[in-house]
Amino acid sequence: MRGLILCIVLMLYSAVASAVIETYQFDTPLQQQRYQAFIEELRCPKCQNQNLSGSDSAISKDLRRQIHHMIMDDKSDIEITNYMVARYGDFILYRPQFNGQTAVLWLSPIALLLLGLLVWWRMASGRKRSKSTVDSSLSVAEQQRLNELLGDDASGEKSGDRR
Amino acid sequence: MQRFKLFLPLIIFAILAAIFFGVERRVLTGDYVPTDLPSALVNKPLPEFSEPALDDGRIVNKSHIIGEVFLLNVWATWCPTCHYEHPFLVKLAAQGVKIVSIDYKDDAEAGRRWLAEKGDPYTVTLFDEDGSLGLDLGVTGAPETYLVDAEGIVRFRYQGALDQTVWDREFAHRIAELNVRGAVQ
Repeated sequence: MRGLILCIVLMLYSAVASAVIETYQFDTPLQQQRYQAFIEELRCPKCQNQNLSGSDSAISKDLRRQIHHMIMDDKSDIEITNYMVARYGDFILYRPQFNGQTAVLWLSPIALLLLGLLVWWRMASGRKRSKSTVDSSLSVAEQQRLNELLGDDASGEKSGDRR
Repeated sequence: MQRFKLFLPLIIFAILAAIFFGVERRVLTGDYVPTDLPSALVNKPLPEFSEPALDDGRIVNKSHIIGEVFLLNVWATWCPTCHYEHPFLVKLAAQGVKIVSIDYKDDAEAGRRWLAEKGDPYTVTLFDEDGSLGLDLGVTGAPETYLVDAEGIVRFRYQGALDQTVWDREFAHRIAELNVRGAVQ
C-alpha cells in the first residue's frame, strides 16, 4: 500500500517537473496571451527544434524572462520580435520574415508545386495527344485492313489496343 | 528521350546522394557544424554596454575595450568546455593576442578563484551576472568567442571551445586580414 502511494506521488511529481517552472504575474489576460504566443512562436537558440515554452535550457529561461519584462514594459509585438531577431537572427522565429536570406525557404514550396503542376500538365497533354493520334491516323479503310490482318480475335485485340 | 525518363529517378538519387555525402564529409572534418547558429551580430558594431569588472567592480564600457583587434571570450565556471579551453587561451595571451572576457551568469567569487588558479589570459573580465550583456550579444551558451576589429565591429563568432585546430582554421587568417586592413588605413 505504501509502495502504491509512493508510486502515485512520484508520478504526480514528474508531471510537475516536466512543466515550465517559472510563473510570471501579468496585469491583464491579454498580456498573458501575448506572452504565451511569444514563447510558443519563438525558437530556443540553443536547441535544434524546440520553442521557448518547451525548453529548459538556461538561455530559454533568460529569453522568457526578457519577454515577460518587455511585455510588462508595454513594448509592442513588433518591438519584441525585432529585439529577438537583432540578437539571434531569423533562426529564432518559427515563421521567419520574408527577406533575401529566407526567400528560398518561403518560395521553394511554391516552386515545387508549380513544377509538379507542369509535369502533371505535360504528362496529361502528352497522353491526350497520343490517344488522339491513334484515333485520327487510321482512316476507315485502314481500320478495315487492320481488322482483316488481326483476323478473328480483332475485337478483343482492338479493345486491348485502345487501352 | 523515353529512356532518359526511365533513368530520371536514378539521376535524382545520385545528385542527392552526392549532396548529402558532401555535407556529411564537411561535418566530419569540422568545416560545417549543423548546430552552429550564425550570429546576427557579424559585421555589426558591438552593442553598447556598461558592466562591472570581475576583479574590482569598476564599471567598464565599450569605449574602454575597443581600439585594436581583440577576442571577446564568453566563459563561466559552470561550463565544462571552458575548463578544456582555458589553457589554450592562456597560451594565446602569451603570444600577444588581446582577449577580453565575459564571465557569464556566474558566481563572482568562483570566477575570481578560477582566474587565480588557472591563470588570467584576459586584459579585462566583465562580470555579467544576469546574462543581460550575453543577451545583447546573442550568446546562446558558453564558451563562445567573438572576433572584434579595431573599429569595434564584430567580424566573426565561434561557438565552442577554441584550440589550436580551430584557431588555425577559423581565426588565424581572419585576424591576419584585419591586421593588414588596419595597417593600410
